[in-house]
Amino acid sequence: MSASISELEELARRCRIEIVKMVYRAQAGHPGGSLSEIDLIAALYSTTMRVRPEDPDWADRDRFILSKGHASPGMYALLAEKGFIQHQDLHSYRVLGGICQGHVDMKWCPGVDFSAGSLGMGLSFGMGCALAARLDGSERRAFVMLGDGEIQEGSIWEAAMAATHHELGNLKVILDRNRIQNDDFCQEQMRMFDIPAKWKAFGWNVKEIDGHNMEEIVEGIKFLDSSNDGPSILIAHTIKGKGVSFMEDNPSFHGAAPNDEQYALAMSELGVVE
Amino acid sequence: MSRMAATRDGYGQALLELADNDRVVVLEADLGKSTKSLHFRKEYPERTISCGIGEQNMLLVSAGMASSGYIPFASTFAIFTERAFEQMRNGVARPNLAVHLCGSHGGTHTGTDGSSAQSIEDLAIYRTLPNVTVLHPCDDVSTRLLTKQLADSNKPSYMRTARNKTPVLYDDVDQSTIQIGKGIELREGNDVAIIACGVLVSEALKAAEDLSQQGIQATVIDMHTIKPLDTDLVDKVASRCGAIVTAEDHSVIGGLGGAVSEHLSTSSCTPLERVGVKDRFGESGQADEMLELMELSAPHIAKAAHRAMNRK
Repeated sequence: MSASISELEELARRCRIEIVKMVYRAQAGHPGGSLSEIDLIAALYSTTMRVRPEDPDWADRDRFILSKGHASPGMYALLAEKGFIQHQDLHSYRVLGGICQGHVDMKWCPGVDFSAGSLGMGLSFGMGCALAARLDGSERRAFVMLGDGEIQEGSIWEAAMAATHHELGNLKVILDRNRIQNDDFCQEQMRMFDIPAKWKAFGWNVKEIDGHNMEEIVEGIKFLDSSNDGPSILIAHTIKGKGVSFMEDNPSFHGAAPNDEQYALAMSELGVVE
Repeated sequence: MSRMAATRDGYGQALLELADNDRVVVLEADLGKSTKSLHFRKEYPERTISCGIGEQNMLLVSAGMASSGYIPFASTFAIFTERAFEQMRNGVARPNLAVHLCGSHGGTHTGTDGSSAQSIEDLAIYRTLPNVTVLHPCDDVSTRLLTKQLADSNKPSYMRTARNKTPVLYDDVDQSTIQIGKGIELREGNDVAIIACGVLVSEALKAAEDLSQQGIQATVIDMHTIKPLDTDLVDKVASRCGAIVTAEDHSVIGGLGGAVSEHLSTSSCTPLERVGVKDRFGESGQADEMLELMELSAPHIAKAAHRAMNRK
């Protein structure tokens, strides 16, 4: 639990390599949102998540719900790094019969707590996990990763209101604010104006960080850990495609694979030595 | 005169009887007074989750609780469950989480609230979902018993209940005969088989009585489980009677009639007539008026029986 900042950064770098490799091999998938979220997920699992890779179904584990389930390569890369699955399993991404389904699926992959793929669902599911934990008298928490485009779904706000009503201090959200959604920049698709103010107005504890600054991420996770009087959200300002120059801030790489040339460049930028 | 009761009351009673199981939780979307989960709320407020007027959230909170070992019973009007259909599909059925969704006030029998409240497609849509058991019981006794069985089923389900009272059929029967997936033969005849569900079961019995006055002996089946369909029983009565009528307060498309005809198309050439709502919406009216307007009442079932027999 005491990984250093440089160790976290190195873990995220290794995950980024696997993300690009998975999408390249499959020639399909979602690299942009995986690269924007990965620093956050890497830090979360390395600093606070109470889970047992050797016993992924341990009933009293913290839950992690990747609501933006298309960003599955990031999740799979992390699960392989943490030993929930084997690195070889990453080759099954989007392959018939493979445990690494296109969108993360609890029925297929060890360590996955939610069957995602349809946006706007994970926060409610996490709320159910948090309510169950409270009924059980358990200290376990539910962490939910949302995309920013995703909060355009109305059901997010049903859950946002309900979580405050039920005073769910064990429900903790990270919002990957990468400013790009499927078709274009969020600003073009649906302006969301003051996102922190919206969550505050719904009664949430809110903190904003730079989602690629590992020191700020660790501080942000401490904020989530210590905010137990109600639901909390860490709004992480990120760059879609972070770490691969031509994918960064580029809506084209929300859901597209690199070609051979781009793949070689990406590997080089991520420090892979041939 | 037999006792009259609404199936939703059987649901409410079952939740109370299930409360000994501390894994059972109840979820509401501001209609607990109507679906009858309110009795559970009064006794067990700590295990009752209010989701406000938010059905999509309710379905997925239920899914999250089911994934953590709880047995959620969520209810609202049948029509409003449909708003959360994709949540039921992707969040509940796909991961096979044992969430039990109850839609009360189903069908045109719901009455004067009008067409916006009269779900006539719920059985059809939920029947398309893998893993999901679909029930539509006909009286409060069977609703109570089937609801209690759901708690042990370890699979997701959808149950439609009705707002208004209908005759109680099972006060004096062996309760072990009421089982998920097993149709109940209420009356045995060799000329035509009427397979009904929900509020039309008692209408089917009336129709059979009328037919017997005309010398026609009808089998009547309470097919409370739409999915999985009791195909053995369908085949048995198809073979014995050679003509079948289905009857439901639901669209003729995709519900009980759809399920029976899909099965028969693979097993026999038995003529089938479907009594149901004929691809239209309802309107405000009393329950009995609606059954007349929609041509669902006993005389219409009897007419359909003649049509089916004429096609033998």
